[in-house]
Amino acid sequence: MHVPDGFFNAAVSVSAGVVAAAGVAVCLRAARRELDDRTAPMAGLVAAFVFAAQMLNFPVAAGTSGHLLGGALAAVLVGPYTAVLAVSVVLIVQAFLFADGGLTALGINILLMAIVTAVVGWAVFRLVTAVLPRGKPAITAASFLAALVSVPASALVFTLLFWLGGTAPIDVAAVAAAMGGVHVLIGIGEGLITALTVSAVLAVRPDLVYGARGLAAPLVLRTADGETRVPQPAAPAPAAPARRPGRFLLGGVAVALVLAGVVSFYASGDPDGLEKVAGDKGFDAGEEEHGLAGSPLADYGVQGVENERLSVGLAGIVGVGVTVVIGGAVFYLVRRRTGDETAPGRVGDTGRAAV
Amino acid sequence: MSEPGGDEPSLRVRDLAYAYPDGTQALFGVNLTIGRGERVALLGPNGAGKTTLVMHLNGILTPGHGSVEVAGLPVAKHTLREVRRRVGLVFQDPDDQLFMPTVRQDVAFGPANMGVRGDELDQRVRRALERVGMLDAIDRPPHHLSFGQRRRVAVATVLAMEPEILVLDEPSSNLDPASRRELADILRGLDVTVLMVTHDLPYALELCERALILSGGVIAADGPTHEILGDAELLAAHRLELPYGFAVPPRTSIHDLHAM
Amino acid sequence: MGAGHHHRIHRPGDTPVHRLPPQCKLAAVAAFAIVVVATPRTAVWAFAVYAALLAAVAAVARIPPGFVLRRMAIEIPFVAFALALPFIGLGERVPVLGLRLSEEGLWAAWNILAKATLGVVASILLAATTEPRLILQGARRLRLPPLLVQIAMFMLRYLDVILDEMRRMRIARESRGFVARDLRAAPVLARSAGALFIRSYERGERVHLAMLSRGYTGVMPVLDDAAAPPAAWARALSLPAAAAVVAVLALTVA
Repeated sequence: MHVPDGFFNAAVSVSAGVVAAAGVAVCLRAARRELDDRTAPMAGLVAAFVFAAQMLNFPVAAGTSGHLLGGALAAVLVGPYTAVLAVSVVLIVQAFLFADGGLTALGINILLMAIVTAVVGWAVFRLVTAVLPRGKPAITAASFLAALVSVPASALVFTLLFWLGGTAPIDVAAVAAAMGGVHVLIGIGEGLITALTVSAVLAVRPDLVYGARGLAAPLVLRTADGETRVPQPAAPAPAAPARRPGRFLLGGVAVALVLAGVVSFYASGDPDGLEKVAGDKGFDAGEEEHGLAGSPLADYGVQGVENERLSVGLAGIVGVGVTVVIGGAVFYLVRRRTGDETAPGRVGDTGRAAV
Repeated sequence: MSEPGGDEPSLRVRDLAYAYPDGTQALFGVNLTIGRGERVALLGPNGAGKTTLVMHLNGILTPGHGSVEVAGLPVAKHTLREVRRRVGLVFQDPDDQLFMPTVRQDVAFGPANMGVRGDELDQRVRRALERVGMLDAIDRPPHHLSFGQRRRVAVATVLAMEPEILVLDEPSSNLDPASRRELADILRGLDVTVLMVTHDLPYALELCERALILSGGVIAADGPTHEILGDAELLAAHRLELPYGFAVPPRTSIHDLHAM
Repeated sequence: MGAGHHHRIHRPGDTPVHRLPPQCKLAAVAAFAIVVVATPRTAVWAFAVYAALLAAVAAVARIPPGFVLRRMAIEIPFVAFALALPFIGLGERVPVLGLRLSEEGLWAAWNILAKATLGVVASILLAATTEPRLILQGARRLRLPPLLVQIAMFMLRYLDVILDEMRRMRIARESRGFVARDLRAAPVLARSAGALFIRSYERGERVHLAMLSRGYTGVMPVLDDAAAPPAAWARALSLPAAAAVVAVLALTVA
């Protein structure tokens, strides 16, 4: 559902707007690197497809029907960057031209429905295909899981944002529970539709599926002296590059968590440098309550959690968690990817395009 | 870089061979020359490679072997810009070609990419639309036009670039008889070289004095249209056939037609 | 979501509002929405003034109220949520019409309803008085990344074409006796979705080739891009400016 104006407070709306803008900017650059001068028409047509696909009615039972969100599907079909752009454009057009979604909530909507779904979907897809043996069944299964996880992931971020700045006085746990259950169900539907659609495309034009690059049979040239195999462009090898930075990354996160979760409590309660100076010089009288002072994580504590150590620790962990997720997502999207993104045109590219 | 016009043929294709990325060979050595002002029909069965050949003419595809020259200018990476001005390619589906929000913007796209701006750009757009009789649609979105009108606007988008040779892919397909007639009148009135890929044999006879048959990846026949269409065996050998009830009119009346 | 209830909102006309340059209208509506959202919910009178301002714009633009109301159906899920708040909300309960309702919930419901509704109506007025392609042009003038706007323009151009293809596929399915009743229809529908993707993708490639054939080198030529005169900006921004005055009053007086 598209979030309207007034549902989230100004702080969350603006922050989400900034994150969404940054995410879209990253994807614009990355998509252009991949698609070059094809970016605009290709992403535009994919956006039109996503919009149309969202209108497809999938009956479930007795009168109810489901609809595709499409973030994970787009990520598997055209890659995460183009997917984010396509879904973002759909949301922007829906907001400006169809009054669907508040203008002040555009950042939140793009974050939830374009960025989180496509990024989480792609991450899960890569993880699953790294583990399963190569082939079409693996891609279909991975698409199912990618789409399945993307929906509750989006709901989770929604709940997080709601906790930080929702304008409705409801117990967050209740929201989480309500959102969680329903969204896993929706996720199953999304997963099913996504897997079936990817499988349908794989059956006809596997070369068009971004997530299936490197699956094409090697080109065999028959000449007078016999057959020669032409080596395929290097398939994306998700396992290899993840190994070394993976260990480093995990280690770093573990350290951060320990520091934030445990050590922080023992940090000095004395005022830090700035506070002390402010106190000494007397200009702390003008100190204002921070705009987010009433929010659940204010003052490095979690509202409602009485035990101080636990409260601070939890706040620290949540803070690290959010930073890692957002930072990791940005890092993952921005880092130069050798090999896969610069792979030569897929089989069936220009050569057959207009025939 | 040689100047267009003069005595250079509009198009010269030498020994053109091409294979798709998956290995299928489509063209096995195509040779053809088209002089300035000629109107030539490119006939052939489905899958003969007509569209593939056409995509070599403006450098979208690069030959595996052989060469293409447009008014003396070889088609190569560094000449693409000028080649694409000289070769006006009109696609089969006008919707692929009309990708801007309004007719004006579509017709202006080509010359604008060549650096034309301001009043000159406006003039070119209006002239091109006048030549196809679509000037009053200038500010309308393409999806408001009928198929035949979109076809004509597609021709205008290419005419605005003042090409040396107009290459049309199945120009009469899906047109109702009236639109077919309108387009024929427009094409007859143009003074560019024309290469027309078509299955519509009567249309080819009406508009083109010369015809080529592309079959099996080579030029299998090249001659006056009425001769080629009059040779039933030749046609049958390449899966071509005159429409039911259609007979090639006697030579003299065709001569008058082409002399108009 | 895009569950099929997207009516084209644009209503052609020749009023002063229609004639305003799109970038001015877009900026005005966005600013207005921001002001509305920033207004404290307790200043109920402020929201009445906002509604009056929008009504005035609608009057000048000659948009009938029924037109606006019909397109507000998009809001319904959140209206339902908002209405539930007084019942499920936390905090102190106050007696209202014999029921004990959450006071916070009542205020929250009002907050969401008022702000969401004003936002939707403002968006509807924008879309009703501005051609879709001009809205995108306005977005580009307001410094939205050009590539993003270009993608949106292609999306808009080919949306009808793709929807048409989808409709034709549905007709083809139904002509062969296929009726989608339950989950078992999913594979067939997904095959259509897959075919639709392939067609859309291939069309994207053909459009790119058509662009190359007309000399495209990677940058779209920007043609009609007239800057708006200051008078137009003044007229357009009068809406958010008036709202801002109200908001400041609400913030300081309340």
